[in-house]
Amino acid sequence: MTRKQKRLAGIGGMVGVVALAVGLVLQSLSTSIAFFNSPTDIVSNAPVPTQRIRLGGLVEQGSVERGADSKVRFRVTDSVETVPVVYAGLLPDLFREGQGIIAEGTLGPDRVFLADTVLAKHDETYMPKEVVDDLKKRGLWEDGNGMVAPKGGDAPAGEPVAMTGAGS
Amino acid sequence: MIVELGHFALVLALALALVQSVLPLIGARVGDARLMETGSTTALGGFVMLALAFAALTHAYVVSDFSVLNVAENSHSAKPLLYKITGVWGNHEGSMLLWVLILSFFGALVALFGRDLPASLKANVLSVQAWITVAFLLFILLTSNPFARLDPPPFEGNDLNPILQDIGLAIHPPMLYLGYVGFSIAFSFAVAALIDGRIDAAWARWVRPWTLVAWVFLTAGIAMGSYWAYYELGWGGWWFWDPVENASFMPWLSGTALLHSALVMEKRSALKIWTVLLAILTFSLSLLGTFLVRSGVLTSVHAFATDPTRGVFILGILCVFVGGSLALFALRASSLEGGGLFAPISREGALVFNNLFLTTACATVLIGTLYPLVLEVTTGAKISVGPPFFNLTFGPLMLPLLFAVPFGPLLAWKRGDLLGAAQRLYFAAGAAFVAVLFVMAITQGAAILSALGVGLAVWLMIGSFVDLWGRASFAKAGFSNALRRLAGLPRSVFGTAIAHFGLGATLLGIVAVGAFGTETVTTMAPGQTVHAGGWGVRFEGLAPRDGPNFTEEVGRFTILDGTSEAGRIESARRLYTARQQPTTEAGISTHLFSQVYVALGDAVANGGQTVVRIWTKPLVTLIWLGCVAMAIGGLVSLSDRRLRIGAPARAKRRGGRPIAEPAE
Repeated sequence: MTRKQKRLAGIGGMVGVVALAVGLVLQSLSTSIAFFNSPTDIVSNAPVPTQRIRLGGLVEQGSVERGADSKVRFRVTDSVETVPVVYAGLLPDLFREGQGIIAEGTLGPDRVFLADTVLAKHDETYMPKEVVDDLKKRGLWEDGNGMVAPKGGDAPAGEPVAMTGAGS
Repeated sequence: MIVELGHFALVLALALALVQSVLPLIGARVGDARLMETGSTTALGGFVMLALAFAALTHAYVVSDFSVLNVAENSHSAKPLLYKITGVWGNHEGSMLLWVLILSFFGALVALFGRDLPASLKANVLSVQAWITVAFLLFILLTSNPFARLDPPPFEGNDLNPILQDIGLAIHPPMLYLGYVGFSIAFSFAVAALIDGRIDAAWARWVRPWTLVAWVFLTAGIAMGSYWAYYELGWGGWWFWDPVENASFMPWLSGTALLHSALVMEKRSALKIWTVLLAILTFSLSLLGTFLVRSGVLTSVHAFATDPTRGVFILGILCVFVGGSLALFALRASSLEGGGLFAPISREGALVFNNLFLTTACATVLIGTLYPLVLEVTTGAKISVGPPFFNLTFGPLMLPLLFAVPFGPLLAWKRGDLLGAAQRLYFAAGAAFVAVLFVMAITQGAAILSALGVGLAVWLMIGSFVDLWGRASFAKAGFSNALRRLAGLPRSVFGTAIAHFGLGATLLGIVAVGAFGTETVTTMAPGQTVHAGGWGVRFEGLAPRDGPNFTEEVGRFTILDGTSEAGRIESARRLYTARQQPTTEAGISTHLFSQVYVALGDAVANGGQTVVRIWTKPLVTLIWLGCVAMAIGGLVSLSDRRLRIGAPARAKRRGGRPIAEPAE
């Protein structure tokens, strides 16, 4: 092979691999990422059933039911709207009523969220960052005070005081 | 008093680092040997000061001095001594102190073992190393002082996050940091070479052992972190593609590429500019990892720090060092002489292939890790890029590389013979084929992809030793002759074989767990037996128990192989009393390479029943044992005559290696 051919082979190989990588990245970014949604987002603007989403909010007080089939049902709330969730599996250690969680999965046709993953963060306030940011943005959360009642509305079910206490 | 001394030592270390970052550099510029020599003295002095500071903080933890804010926040008098000590780096301030300590440790090593280095190169390297030390010491002193006092002192400490109270985590961060920070040496050498505008094969010979040391520690650290997450978090997973894991994985990928490209540079004087760039990028990724973990921009188990001023400070450090070194690279790279060309099918070509795929794969991991952050900053949309993304991008990019690994060492430098290499690999190919057929047979053809994965792993594991087999010529020279020849081979050939074999073993573990592992979630009553993945698990009962700083409910299980007992394990739900934080202590029963993993769920109200999650994990330990083999391969390679730290100059003078073939 001449110098030129060697160089061409090298450059060709590089371009090929990089193109492959770009293709793979674009392909999977369009199919396999999950958008964060609050219960309000889901109720007001239901995503299509195939779209993977992350639902973040607080586990509503008194909503956790454990079925005989080891499926757990609970409701996730942002104090404005609630979304029912079904999850088959072992819940994380820090999953408790009144605490912030993130559930990942899809929304079923009956508007019940089918979670395949439930995350509760090992954080001193037990609140996932996305959930806090989202609540703060809408004035439902204040640093230091935790959950506050929505302005001009009735306080929703649940006990807001318990929601920031470490290890409530 | 001791705490104040520690603080004082920290400030002194900063002063020494400031001197070290200027004087040796000037010395190298004007050619003053005494100014250059200050680098070694200050590097050693700085290390001693930092060691004193670290010892002072450790002392405060051991005696539970709660008048120190950091101790009060992260320790507890009832904590076992071991976890009091590991608690030193189980928090933001302490872990940054450990980071800088290790940084100066490597600087001191260069000062001690770099006697044979050209004086100006050594001076430049130590200066660059000191720049990094100055930046991080300023960061510690200005934003995260571990010696801050608390007045009045609380009666009792806050306790360390219980999931961090574990022997795995005792060793994991120091290992990881030894790896991360070890790459700073390669970085300093690269920047020093750019400042000098001179680079040669001897430079690569100097950089390689340091890179290898860092790489060995990083490999071990990542494996340990993965095993820790596996048994401590109680989710049964061993890798989550969590941004914090990615932060350590990216330097590993580019560090692996650097190891291989430095080889080309050392042997063939080619790929010089690329190797320098890789050295810069690898440490940049380490800095990026530090930023991601330490700034709290991510939500993750590891993100303890949430103070934004810290994040901005580290981002500043990151920008200055990455931007500065890349700018220097852009200015000076053209002054470095390029190396000779080589045929695409050759050892060099194979190593370029390795670099191309490793760096591209590293780039996809980088995109997957940063994309959510960038998107959130620019559009406000919150997304998560999880395992599916990485499986779809990283996976396919690794396949060609893994397939090509056995070919690499069989190709000659300059111009290789692909067909000849393929012929020598017939046995590995045959074994891989048999493995595929075997898996197909036992799964009745249901798992084609898994079978191919197992085949690839077997191909890698056996193919790794073909080079050794051929060089010793077991087939021709007779057994005793071959053994003698084997003993005469350079250690690095063994290192390569062992590390590549380890890669294959890790792959085999990953494929086996992914394809043949089972997961069962069920409610169990005492005496009940559940069968999963060929094992039986009998629940014996639940009992409460008290630990030193926790209370727990312990479930006892008997593992059955058929009807005979194969092991007993305990799995617990623990409550750490100081923080009122519950954790899951999984019960793991190991049988050769496979494991049965039992985690307790919530108790069910009536009669001692409980939810239990049972995983069977065939060949799972191979994942980590493979990493251990990779690290051992690195160590064996490091013990090679020509790489022994301090040896290069002597080896050069002696001239010629015992074996005429170029070693890897």
